[in-house]
Amino acid sequence: MSRRTFLKFCSAMAGVLALPAAFGPRIATALQAAPPMRLVWLHGQACGGDTAAFLRSPSPTASELFVRLLSVDYQEMLMASSGANATRAMAASGGNGPDYLAVIEGSVPRGANGMYCLVGGRPFADVVRDVSAGAVATIAVGSCAVDGGAPRARNGVTGAVGVEDLHPASPLVNLPGCPVNVHNLVATIVHYLTFKELPPMGAAHRPLFAYGGLVHNQCERRAHFEFGEFATEWGDAGAQQGWCLYKLGCKGPEVFANCPTQRYAEGTSWAVESGHGCIGCTMPAFWNTMLPAYRRLPSPLPFASTITVDQVGGALVGGVAGLAGVHAVASYGRARLSRQGKTMSVETEPADEAPAPLPDDEEAPSPAGDPPGATEATAATAQVMTDAVPEPILPLEEVPLPEPESEAAPGVAALEALVQPEPERQVEAGDSIDEERADQ
Amino acid sequence: MSRLVIDPVTRVSGHLRIEAEVAGGQVIDAWSSGTMFRGIEALLVGHDPRDAWLLAERICGSCSGAHGLASARAVENALSITIPPNARLLRNMLAGIGWIADLITGFYQRAAFDWADVAGAARADPWAASRLAGSTNPTSGDTADALARVERELGGMPTGLFWSDAWDHPAHQLTPEADLILFAHYLRALDLQRTLARAITTLGGKDPHPQTFLVGGMALTPPWGGPTPMANRGHPDLPERTTPAALSSEGLAAFQALLVQVSAFVGDVLVPDAVAIVRAYPQWVEVGRGTAGLLAYGEFPQDDSPAPSFLLPRGRLMDGSLDQGYHVDEQDVRESVAHAWYEDESAGPRPASQGQTLPRYEGPAAPVASLEGWPRYSYVKAPRYAGLVPMETGAAARMMVGYVAGSSKVHQAVDPILAAAGVELPDLQSSVGRILARAAEASVLAPLLGSWLDELRTNLATGDLAVADITSWHPDTWPAEASGFALGETSRGALGHWVTIRDRRVAGYQVVDGSTWNLSPRDDDGRRGPLESALIGTPVADLDRPLELLRTIHAFDPCGGCAAHAFGIRARRVTP
Repeated sequence: MSRRTFLKFCSAMAGVLALPAAFGPRIATALQAAPPMRLVWLHGQACGGDTAAFLRSPSPTASELFVRLLSVDYQEMLMASSGANATRAMAASGGNGPDYLAVIEGSVPRGANGMYCLVGGRPFADVVRDVSAGAVATIAVGSCAVDGGAPRARNGVTGAVGVEDLHPASPLVNLPGCPVNVHNLVATIVHYLTFKELPPMGAAHRPLFAYGGLVHNQCERRAHFEFGEFATEWGDAGAQQGWCLYKLGCKGPEVFANCPTQRYAEGTSWAVESGHGCIGCTMPAFWNTMLPAYRRLPSPLPFASTITVDQVGGALVGGVAGLAGVHAVASYGRARLSRQGKTMSVETEPADEAPAPLPDDEEAPSPAGDPPGATEATAATAQVMTDAVPEPILPLEEVPLPEPESEAAPGVAALEALVQPEPERQVEAGDSIDEERADQ
Repeated sequence: MSRLVIDPVTRVSGHLRIEAEVAGGQVIDAWSSGTMFRGIEALLVGHDPRDAWLLAERICGSCSGAHGLASARAVENALSITIPPNARLLRNMLAGIGWIADLITGFYQRAAFDWADVAGAARADPWAASRLAGSTNPTSGDTADALARVERELGGMPTGLFWSDAWDHPAHQLTPEADLILFAHYLRALDLQRTLARAITTLGGKDPHPQTFLVGGMALTPPWGGPTPMANRGHPDLPERTTPAALSSEGLAAFQALLVQVSAFVGDVLVPDAVAIVRAYPQWVEVGRGTAGLLAYGEFPQDDSPAPSFLLPRGRLMDGSLDQGYHVDEQDVRESVAHAWYEDESAGPRPASQGQTLPRYEGPAAPVASLEGWPRYSYVKAPRYAGLVPMETGAAARMMVGYVAGSSKVHQAVDPILAAAGVELPDLQSSVGRILARAAEASVLAPLLGSWLDELRTNLATGDLAVADITSWHPDTWPAEASGFALGETSRGALGHWVTIRDRRVAGYQVVDGSTWNLSPRDDDGRRGPLESALIGTPVADLDRPLELLRTIHAFDPCGGCAAHAFGIRARRVTP
């Protein structure tokens, strides 16, 4: 890397981290002075997608990362050595060696005494505990490592959990996404190299620079949403004009991530730009809460334009998952979930101020109104994509929020309760099908 | 006689453990064990079939998107949906670029360290290396840079990712200069990853796990009638797009420019390196032969009929004979779990379309020192053709099946490469031969992507803008019960998805991946899987450093994640 490219990368990094441009030189100085940061990267129940993303890091490139900025001491998909000699080398360097970052990819199975994932003959959970205990920080990379991801989704049989549920002994950073956006991973590492501390994080250990804003608010198609310009069928005039994909099931209005601004592969594209809606892969238990991918969210968020992750606050983990689960998103912009002491309580605005559910485009047009030209298509699509039968908003007070297990990890119990497959989920899914049918 | 264990086998996706009995300096028996189970098939049950591809795609992040495509095709097959020609071209291009990426990564990032010694590279004379590189590759300038990196930044001593106990192993035969060239190309292949990522993201929206498939076609849309300014209805200007839409002429030109770089790498670097490895290790053509059956489901449909012709042909080769190819019937794909960690009350292998997956670990307690004596030893099932025959799948199988089937594209690519390497067609099924087969396949595919791109451009220019058929998008148009399947290929081998849809939901799902075939354990009758067979006869010079086994293992470029796709319990049994 030439010095010019390097400085360019450093100022770009400052941009990713939402730091003033003046931090570029400071990042450069820190990176040049520092010896390569040691990295130990573990794979559990993983597909390897986060490693593939890491391998294709654009800036710095993987070759710069591997040779110069990092000393990747353990990475099963990439390292030269194999077998017991490889794990011995990791163990030897883990004890009194220099500081290292632990990166965990993939979920951790707890079923069958951990025997659903064996590394070097040991249950993966044991390996994670050992490695994260000695690390300066543990980075859970990708949605599987953050909260159990796909193996933990409904009908999962392996008892998979995320790293947080193992209560790692070192500070935790969660970088959800399926896969993680490699810009966010590299920026987190660079932040640590520069400032010797982790980037500011929200309640769910998510760096705010990456997961602090709604996808919807940063979306290049947002203006179309405001003006009621929607694609209503795949390939229709609206879709070809690049109009909003909300009615085709885009989950952007309830997803916190920086995909619209960072995009993927050096800003080449992201899902919504390419024409497919957001599937919400950065959200807790997204396989349970964000599918069906093509069903329209129940109604627009009236106050979405001002909502930030801070306002949702501690409820990000439990609240959004739970609310999405009961399709009560219409009111979550107004909901204030706050943790008080050991308990989680839910307060809502007075009922008369709460926005009424918008059952159907026909009966209650969205605040922005539908594009006049798209009305016919909208009617047809509404049958397919929307919850045609008005769904009463479940009063938030009735959302069961259990007592947290311990002071140490107040959010974990709530997460567990909310992402565990609920018995009524299956029924609810079946019901919604019936609703679709009944409407026709 | 002694037993050796490699766990973890690194530079593979997923988790793979190999145990082997060694006597007289070579392997006399071997066991392949997948040690990770996720249970993804069960997760699909109950979902909207239009969502199935999103979950199925997460089986593998390396052969990115391949499972998503297979799943969309299986659902389309069940619902009798015919996709438009543009969707076929786009899918071929997206699958093709991901495939080439995997072939390149599979050689440099996963296999190269078995054949090249990075410690040896540090001793190379850069000028001699440069001259040597110039004689085989037109791209020679990067060896001095690579050496500088080895010396200055690794302090002459490979550390981190590049540390290995296998350096200075007696099985390393390359000259230090050749080691250095290969290491330099390892670094170049890393740099090429950016280009590959941009190409995949252009068409897929992100990488890995592209997000532009739809049941019925693709979600990408051409700009409506060209660059007509949007009717400004009073709203503020939209943010400036920094990148063009994929299907605009600028977007397609950008994809083409990336493709040119990738093709150049395949022709100038990958193929010469693969040939050089075969020439430097001629005795390894005799190692790692494996099973007598070869299977290819075929890939890259050339038309939109229910039974299209494939660019890489579908077929089987049996009993090691190259005289005749055989047809493939999906009903004959059967899986045995006799030696895998699953319960099954039925006797004998099951047809894949009726498969079930009930995990039950039956092995030693942790930490597992050895699986010796345990009849069940893997989370990978054992697929067998017609319930009997273990089959190798992957690039070697595809090139040999394609050659026997008379594909002119395969002949044109394979013949000169075989001649340059000084080997015969059957030699592709060996530890070095499989590397050669992958390089040959990359050189088949790279020009094809360009021809699909041209075809797509022509269609768009003549007003054929359809990229999806949504006449069956509405669940109301579906039959109450339907089942379908898709047989296709990924870079690692033959891939089959089977789906049953009932009451608008996925009622059953099974996957048999290429790596499931290759990594399979023994079956009901005790027949070894292809990798297990291939390992027999592999020489072992140093029991503590079994480098030679890794060569044969990586030649398959196995994926433990795909193999133990291990989809879980079938929540609702499919009635036949």
